Amino acid sequence: MMRGRFLLAAMGVFGAQTLMAAQPAAVSVTIRNYHFTPQTLHIKAGTAVTWTNKDDDVHTVMATSVPFVSGALDTDGVYSYTFAKPGTYFIGCSLHPQMSATVVVE
Amino acid sequence: MTDEKLHTRRAALKCLGFGGAGTLFVLAGGVLTPLDLALAGTKEIKDAGKPLFVQISDTHIGFHKDANPDVDGTLNRSIDILNAMAVQPELVVHTGDITHLSKAEEFDHAQQMLSRLRVTELHTVPGEHDTADPGAAEYFKRFGKASDNKGYYSFDHAGVHFVALVNVLEFKPGGLGTLGDEQLKWAVADLKRRSKSTPIVVLAHMPLWTVYEPWGWGTGDAGPLMQELKRFGSVTVLNGHIHQIVSKVEGNITFHTARSTAFPQPLAGVGDGPGPLKVPAEQLRSMLGLTTASVIRHPRSLMLNDSTLGEA
Repeated sequence: MMRGRFLLAAMGVFGAQTLMAAQPAAVSVTIRNYHFTPQTLHIKAGTAVTWTNKDDDVHTVMATSVPFVSGALDTDGVYSYTFAKPGTYFIGCSLHPQMSATVVVE
Repeated sequence: MTDEKLHTRRAALKCLGFGGAGTLFVLAGGVLTPLDLALAGTKEIKDAGKPLFVQISDTHIGFHKDANPDVDGTLNRSIDILNAMAVQPELVVHTGDITHLSKAEEFDHAQQMLSRLRVTELHTVPGEHDTADPGAAEYFKRFGKASDNKGYYSFDHAGVHFVALVNVLEFKPGGLGTLGDEQLKWAVADLKRRSKSTPIVVLAHMPLWTVYEPWGWGTGDAGPLMQELKRFGSVTVLNGHIHQIVSKVEGNITFHTARSTAFPQPLAGVGDGPGPLKVPAEQLRSMLGLTTASVIRHPRSLMLNDSTLGEA
């Protein structure tokens, strides 16, 4: 019961943010064939980005300028991070140096 | 040798990719000579050298996709082949990606399987699949001792100097494998202490030369290391990571990548990306294998012999 109420409250906050920002407060990035798609993201501060690995190989998601790294994501593995501060973030995979992407937070 | 001849030879040997089974390459004094595998086991080959070590690579314990649903089975077969060698090598080297997801249970299972090796001396370098957990803690917990938890170290065996390096820990997005300044400095200083007649073996997971940049198959900062290796009479650089044999000879340096025991990967640039390659089941074992290195005494150098896990 408590859990249900919490979920409803969380959804309420989420809905309000969406309305104010006039864009979803959550965006998805797909990892496929050793590429992040989209390669460049423009988002508002406070947006949660979710990466999903659609490769048969393992990937991680890391940023060079903020201290996060997802840990190993196997096929269909998911990782989310909320970008709180504006700036340009360079994203990579700690397993595959050829992979790169950019997140621009306004 | 004149410059002209040298250049002709270099051009001819610039990038040898030999993927098929059944060929043995003898390296003596920098000249690479292919021999038919039918000669293997005959006196002619036995006299060429005693197996010094066997290279296993990319065992990916924990992988369970279509490209090979039974990586335990293919590693076990590799171990059987190795254990059945008439003359046992003195040591085994694993050039990384022991596990698939750096999980404790994968490492434990891999170690349990590898403990079946008749050869008890095992040297390792980590692959990127072994270091995906925070701080690469699981790898270092089990294999960190040899290097004082740095990952890179050197050792001597049978007059051969081995340098084991890590090029999977300091990736910069959009680049290649990286050794890092501290390790490079250490490696160059380590080599400076050896005489030029000492045969050198360099081990690292990712290729130490650029095989294919768009897929990150190379090491961006290996230049100073390569420069230092040039003065030695016999250098063998052994890598894994790309799950196929690619080899080239430059002067007295032989570069060679080993097959995986787990699954093959596509040829450089073929297809959408370097992911696990699905091949018909009957072809799989012919694309997996081991590399054996033997010492040739006169002139002192190493001979590499690639063998597969069989046709099916």
